[in-house]
Amino acid sequence: MKIAVTTMGQDLDAQVDPRFGRAQGFIVFDTDTGDWQLIPNSVNLNAAQGAGIQTAQMISESGAKAVLTGHCGPKAYRVLNAAGVKIYAGASGTVSEAVDAFKSGKLTASTGPDVEGHW
Amino acid sequence: MKIAIASGKGGTGKTTVSTNLARILSGKQQVQYLDCDVEEPNAHLFLHPRITDRYDACTLIPQIEEAVCDNCGKCSEFCYFNAIATLANTTLVFPELCHSCGGCLRVCPVNAMTEVRRPIGVIESGTADGIEFVHGRLNIGEAISLPLIRQVIDHAKPDRVVIMDAPPGTACPVVGTLQGADIAVLVAEPTAFGLHDLTLAIDLIREIAIPCGVFINRSDIGDDRVERFCAENDIPIWGRLPHDRRIAEAYSSGILAVDAIPEVAASFDGLAKGLLEGGNV
Repeated sequence: MKIAVTTMGQDLDAQVDPRFGRAQGFIVFDTDTGDWQLIPNSVNLNAAQGAGIQTAQMISESGAKAVLTGHCGPKAYRVLNAAGVKIYAGASGTVSEAVDAFKSGKLTASTGPDVEGHW
Repeated sequence: MKIAIASGKGGTGKTTVSTNLARILSGKQQVQYLDCDVEEPNAHLFLHPRITDRYDACTLIPQIEEAVCDNCGKCSEFCYFNAIATLANTTLVFPELCHSCGGCLRVCPVNAMTEVRRPIGVIESGTADGIEFVHGRLNIGEAISLPLIRQVIDHAKPDRVVIMDAPPGTACPVVGTLQGADIAVLVAEPTAFGLHDLTLAIDLIREIAIPCGVFINRSDIGDDRVERFCAENDIPIWGRLPHDRRIAEAYSSGILAVDAIPEVAASFDGLAKGLLEGGNV
């Protein structure tokens, strides 16, 4: 299963970016193989508005079935939810720590947005 | 003639100048007052219009016929404002981000979209002591005010002296108001903040290319930096209103300064005369 983790850096040792829509980038991690790939988010990071919506669409297109991030606002939540992508807000530390927390079941799937838009 | 009363900074006295000017002019001209600050309209608190007409102001937003839509993604790709998301099995519209350009309908290859009306606020109109009055009230939670401002401005009558009370700042709502005006009065206070925000407003006016002048509110506080800036940049000063506790007291009771304090009228007479003579005081 592929999971997307928001990140402020380039690799598994980078910090989780607490923001979803305007995250620096994503590491899409395959929990079956351990392979990963960095997806930069520069276009959405600089969007005038609606960054969460387009980022969520991009994540859906990446094939990821779950997102690990700090916070998720209402519009991004609506898109991810419609796309069948589970959201695990409250992730922190490095990307690999977040992945480990996810694998060991320490993260709980969100049942709604945990922040307002533009928090 | 459409006169916009604007300022870079909020709270400098736009509504004070607009409402008092409207009262002074209404003795001699047919005056129409448009409160374009739809996020926080307040001119009615001073002009006390009798509202005789009220209707919902709407914008057009796309609605997707799901049975026809094949989620090709052309609409979301086109939308500059990211108001549409296309997923594998569905396409979602976010009406609050839509700018009503209609582009998504044009690019849709299968005609899966139609436009529907979405209320964003109300427009109320009436009269106040001979002044024709119109204002808009944006619904709570709406992020985009410009469509409502434009609908308020659409009420402007060509044979009236139209006073347009602009929103504060220098962003889209102000640009939209100034684009509908023939001339602008910029209200500024003679302080460091006042000058800073006046220079932003002047930069904006130069882009829009309409004549403008400055009205200095609380003209006897602060220093002469606004006066010097105007002199150095050939910007006319069309009036000065000194700081006066009685003006604040009248304001807090919803009474126009020119009605409460006779000598205040002189500050606005000069402004009125200058504007009606084509901006040459």
